[in-house]
Amino acid sequence: MDKLLKLRFYKDKLFKSGIILLTLLSTVPLLLILFYIVKQGITAINWDFFINLPKPVGEKGGGILNALIGSGIIIFIASLIAIPFGAIAGLYLSEYSRDKLAYWVGLCVDVLQGIPSIVLGIIIYLWIVKPTGRFSALSGSIALAIMMLPPIIKSTEETLKLIPGTIKEASLSLGVPYYKTILRIILPMGLSGIISGSILSISRVAGETAPLLFTAFGNPFITTNILKPMSSLPLLIFNYASSPYDEWHKLAWGASFVLIMLILFLNIVTKILERRWKIQF
Amino acid sequence: MENSILKVEHLNAFFGEAKILLDIILEIPKNQIVALMGPSGCGKTTFLRCINRLHELTPGARTEGKIYLFEEDIYKMNLIVLRRKIGMVFQRPNPFPTMSIFDNVISGYTLNGIKLSKSQKEEIVEDSLRKASLWKEVQDNLHKKGTFLSGGQQQRLCIARSLSMKPDILLFDEPTSSLDPISSNKIEELLIELKKGYTIIIVTHNLQQAARTSDYTAFFYLGELIEYNKTQVLFSNPAKRQTEDYISGRFG
Repeated sequence: MDKLLKLRFYKDKLFKSGIILLTLLSTVPLLLILFYIVKQGITAINWDFFINLPKPVGEKGGGILNALIGSGIIIFIASLIAIPFGAIAGLYLSEYSRDKLAYWVGLCVDVLQGIPSIVLGIIIYLWIVKPTGRFSALSGSIALAIMMLPPIIKSTEETLKLIPGTIKEASLSLGVPYYKTILRIILPMGLSGIISGSILSISRVAGETAPLLFTAFGNPFITTNILKPMSSLPLLIFNYASSPYDEWHKLAWGASFVLIMLILFLNIVTKILERRWKIQF
Repeated sequence: MENSILKVEHLNAFFGEAKILLDIILEIPKNQIVALMGPSGCGKTTFLRCINRLHELTPGARTEGKIYLFEEDIYKMNLIVLRRKIGMVFQRPNPFPTMSIFDNVISGYTLNGIKLSKSQKEEIVEDSLRKASLWKEVQDNLHKKGTFLSGGQQQRLCIARSLSMKPDILLFDEPTSSLDPISSNKIEELLIELKKGYTIIIVTHNLQQAARTSDYTAFFYLGELIEYNKTQVLFSNPAKRQTEDYISGRFG
């Protein structure tokens, strides 16, 4: 009896340590990647790196200012497009989940999530870049906005669905009209979900290269005109990493480091917001 | 019935094909507490939700028949006016979680776009909280979130929120089923206090609660109103077999 108990005890121990070991193993790639990028990138980072343009081949130094500004503008415009549409679609899906239309919209969102980003880039190229006759930041923003939609829609929908129906009924039973109930009670309660979904989707598209290759195209100079080609961090990394020059490789590592830190930062901000703004019902 | 405030005539309620309420006829007397009791699924909550027309919100739900509030057909009334005249308190406390205690109480006005001066607001909030006997407990924390209160306090906050609209009738849907006995007791005392100014209709699972608090009791079974009478009469001398069986605990 005693022996049997001991055996069970050791089996439990073994099981638990096995799970922990495998979990740790699965985080190893992430840690290795982080470590490698920090190691390679940190030497490129200094103040000049942030305030200078890339230098021509052969010249030392140079920075990524064009890509930083470009990424900022492209993602900002993409968010401006995607967040309102995403939040409204998410609201529709949670409010009218029994509608046939809601079922099909939900299905479309799932499929949209699975469309490879390069395909989106080509489609936007065919639909916007070719007819207008030029690469532009705006077309890149549109491609990214389409990629941002599914996560924003899903997280809005899921947050709103968690809100108990009686809260809505409480408002309606006070004689408050339906649209005001949604705008003043339900949406404010879902704000944390909308915002965290938005930030997560930003961090997801911040590193996207493929949709920008045929749209924003890239630009070695600073531009704020969204109808002109514009650089972005992933485009700069792609162009410089595939070049044969060591100086440019260094620039690409530095830019990778900045990009990873940015994404890490956005993820941490999301986590904090989710915890802070969590609404109890 | 003299002094009746609400008259229900041949009310039928449906969820899609299913008939939930069958030909309900009943009158609610003013400034009395009417308890609706019966086993789960008997239609008592549906009946309650027909009175302020929340029932129709569910997709596929509809009603037939008439309900009159002070001789006025509620199905012809402006929905918003109707719901201000007939307040509702739900099974689980449901204060608006994004709002403070103060804002919760006054929310019926702010959300409906009714402009009030600061002193008017303060007056309504204090008056409503006093009537809900919550004022003493929260007067120093009016601007804290309502969700930090205990369950019983939250429920009284919801009562204050309904009272602020100065309704004629208050509907209670099992208001104590998620509360502990002490909090439940407070709510029951409050109900008896409130009937001076309001007519109260309360759905309850709890036979003792119905017997303790109500003046009239309606017994529902399988969508039908089996018996409706003064609570004392219904409990001591039920006219129908089913009522007697239910009261004596033989089913339900």
